[in-house]
Amino acid sequence: MVPFNVLLAVALGYVAFLFLIAFAAERAAQRGRGFWLRSPAIYTLSLSVYCTAWTFYGAVGYAARSGLEYLTIYLGPTIVFLAWWSLLRKLVRIGRTQRITSIADLISSRYGKSPGLAVFVTVLAVVGTTPYIALQLQSVTLSFSVIARSVDGGWALPNVNATAFVVAAGLALFTILFGTRNLDANERHHGVVTAIAVEAIVKLVALLAVGVFVVWGIAGGASDMLSRIARSPIAEAAAPGPRWVALTALSAAAIICLPRMFQVMVVENADERHLSTAAWAFPLYLLAMSLFVVPIAVVGLEILPEGQNPDLYVLTLPLQEGREGLAMLAFLGGFSSATSMVIVAAIALSTMVSNHIVMPIWLRMNGGRGATVSGDVRQIVLNARRASIGAVLLLGYLYYRLTGGTEALASIGLISFAGVVQVLPALVGGIFWRGATGRGAATGLAVGFAVWLYAMFLPSFGDWVMPAHVLAEGPFGVGWLAPERLFGLGGIDPMLRALLVSLGPNTAAFVVVSLLDFPSPLDRLQAAQFVNVLDNSRRPAGWADTRAEAEDLLVMAQRIIGADEARAIFAEFAHEQGKAGALPDPTPAFIERLERELAGSVGAATAHAMIAQITGGASISVEDLLAVADETAQMMEHSSQLEAKSRELARTARQLQEVNEKLRELSEQKDAFLSQVSHELRTPMTSIRAFAEILMAEDGLSGEEVRRYSGIIHDESLRLTRLLDDLLDLSVLENGRVSLDSQECNLHDIIDSAVKATESIISGRAIEIRREATAENVRLRTDPDRLRQVFINLITNARKYCAAASPVLRIRVRVLRDGIIVDFIDNGDGIAPQHRDIIFEKFSRLSDQAAAGSAGLGLAICREIVTRLGGSIAYLAGEAGTAFRVTLPRQADGRAPVRAGADTGVSSEGEAA
Amino acid sequence: MTDPLRPVFVERRAYRRRRLMDAARLLPFVGAVLILAPVVLRPEGRAMTTAPTLIYLFAVWFGLIVGAALIARRLDDEDRGAD
Repeated sequence: MVPFNVLLAVALGYVAFLFLIAFAAERAAQRGRGFWLRSPAIYTLSLSVYCTAWTFYGAVGYAARSGLEYLTIYLGPTIVFLAWWSLLRKLVRIGRTQRITSIADLISSRYGKSPGLAVFVTVLAVVGTTPYIALQLQSVTLSFSVIARSVDGGWALPNVNATAFVVAAGLALFTILFGTRNLDANERHHGVVTAIAVEAIVKLVALLAVGVFVVWGIAGGASDMLSRIARSPIAEAAAPGPRWVALTALSAAAIICLPRMFQVMVVENADERHLSTAAWAFPLYLLAMSLFVVPIAVVGLEILPEGQNPDLYVLTLPLQEGREGLAMLAFLGGFSSATSMVIVAAIALSTMVSNHIVMPIWLRMNGGRGATVSGDVRQIVLNARRASIGAVLLLGYLYYRLTGGTEALASIGLISFAGVVQVLPALVGGIFWRGATGRGAATGLAVGFAVWLYAMFLPSFGDWVMPAHVLAEGPFGVGWLAPERLFGLGGIDPMLRALLVSLGPNTAAFVVVSLLDFPSPLDRLQAAQFVNVLDNSRRPAGWADTRAEAEDLLVMAQRIIGADEARAIFAEFAHEQGKAGALPDPTPAFIERLERELAGSVGAATAHAMIAQITGGASISVEDLLAVADETAQMMEHSSQLEAKSRELARTARQLQEVNEKLRELSEQKDAFLSQVSHELRTPMTSIRAFAEILMAEDGLSGEEVRRYSGIIHDESLRLTRLLDDLLDLSVLENGRVSLDSQECNLHDIIDSAVKATESIISGRAIEIRREATAENVRLRTDPDRLRQVFINLITNARKYCAAASPVLRIRVRVLRDGIIVDFIDNGDGIAPQHRDIIFEKFSRLSDQAAAGSAGLGLAICREIVTRLGGSIAYLAGEAGTAFRVTLPRQADGRAPVRAGADTGVSSEGEAA
Repeated sequence: MTDPLRPVFVERRAYRRRRLMDAARLLPFVGAVLILAPVVLRPEGRAMTTAPTLIYLFAVWFGLIVGAALIARRLDDEDRGAD
């Protein structure tokens, strides 16, 4: 038999042991030696806060009442953990990138950092968790009294309520000690987590020990056990399918939505990779926890006296068999289950309450001065959290007192589950559906919460809150509003009904309002962040424009996260920005980072509001976004203009370069021209002077000699004159100062006079000229004198340079639609291709032979004249000898040069010939 | 996902990794079907016999745990290899 003192000593000793463990873990973590504190095993074991006293004691009672149904409470979470890759990984990643502190923070942060939603979820969580905390207190007191009753002679537990109060107070103390050591919820509570991991082992070992004792101690092994099950009252259970599915779904949803599960799974997660271990290890833990539940229930039903509370079989069976040690272990197991749940739930709830209720109120009370007023915000947050822990436990205790601790454990647990599960649509919708909006989430939550409160929570208090007639017949006799027959769903299972009537309208309202709503910019921004968190862990562009002063921010940050930490963050960022001092520039990137750091302490909504007070922009508005977009557009336009300008500049520079090049060439040409002219002038001048000197100095010159010398002087003078004439001509032509005397004339006449003029020239050999008299008979409007000059030049050239034995010049005329072609073709040697381009240049002579009397200006002048007349002259390749083609327009207006051979068709005007 | 930059075909290793992810995504559905089957597929009005169902459920449960462990281990290895 267990004396009360021993029981008390064991319980206190166990508690002291937990304190020690927690303390040691904190110390190790502080000294940086706690690498094992961050192992996947610790993470998996900490997840076991899911297995509360309800699981430890209540599962057996559940099995004793309804057979296998208790398994759904474990199978649901198993399915969720099998979905770790697509679901839990996303939750954990969001929690880490957004520095989420609680489930209320997650919902608020997702829906535009809405403070209202955070308050709502917090209230929901507190209301949903309070019965559960009461349940834990109840189970601990029950287990105390069970062991007390078993004592021979009996010692009555002095006061059940006092026991519950002492337990609650002790838990509050532990939670405050180890749960509020550091402010940043993202810094792991190593002490708490380690203590919980130890408790996880204790409860597993205890339940397994009792199970092994039952199967191999009381029953005769596994096969005997199976036959006992088959003979037991629970050998067959109705287990309606819909209820089975509903319970599995409910527990699956609960493990995501329960604040304490969110705390250990997301907030306390040290490494995302731990999930891959927890994915199979946690289901394995659950399997081990539930393995012996049915055997214990069956054996309990079999050997324990009628009327025993099946919820306590785990304790009463060993006691019945006289195994006090085992009973003590079982007691510790149940105690562990209860305490770990309460501790984590209290931490989670207090974080929510202080971040989303106390801090906003405090900020509001301090008005616009916000976090820059004197006073240590850090201490205020910590105190708020401590007070919240006390308040949460007090609430649990009060609920326990109010409900009188008479409910079956399982039903309270389910009510609790159904309450917190109301968050599910907003949560799952929030991380998978970008269209989910804050108003949709709020509406859904409100609807679900209201129905749950009315149909499940309030009836659980008993008659004095909701009278029996209302419960059965509905308020004011409206039948379909009766909690038991809500919406006419009276016939189906209460559990399934409660889920349907609360989650159904909840989801519907959430989806419909979201579909109709248009979210705020911040809402949309966060939606993208959350839904696409696995694709890209980009940062949100929240603070587009800022007037924040780095110093103000530092002052505020110091108050919230502590002076050293704040200075470290600021210095680190300043270093990243490449600044020497301790204060970084308040760039949007920095403010975002700071906001996230603060969010780790006081929650996203509060952090956002605090920063907003300093930076001056409460949130980004559509106008801000438009302004940013405008600026971007302007900048893009500006840059494209700049680009165009620079392209233009490059073009101009290139043009300048070309012009410059041309000028240089021209200058060279001019120099060459001058030296050429000087040379050309000098040669005849030299001979003139020489012969003139001879005439002056020599007296005895014969008449013959005088005539010959003066003849030479005359010839040379003529050549000089001709050269000067040519130069003058060319200069006039090139400067465009020539005046054309356009008149109607006949091409035949012009060629005639040109041929005649060349015949009068004595020098050069005779040349036979073949003409096409009929073709030449073309009327055209041009300057006949100028054209004749061109023709004379061409004919003279032929006479001079044609090397054939009997030179022949053919003049061929063809009439095109808008022009006339005159070809001068001799039977000479032609001009080599490489020279064909330069013959039209000034002073170009291909050879010096027979060059007397020519300065090489002839063809240059020809080209100028023809160009003035609106035509062109070119060397005609492909003929037997040297050939030039002169193309003339029918109307020489001196403007449009005709493209040679542009049209071969003889025009109707040709008949004028 | 229609990312024009995403190649149409990936090399063998990445392909295996993708299929592993598919398996990880599929597993909860397989689990849900197997777990809900004994009650949902039960003929109308017939009670569930505890002992055989118990054995079935624990067998399925354990099988799923082993499957999850294998997939998680492989994914972990791939992750480490990719680093």
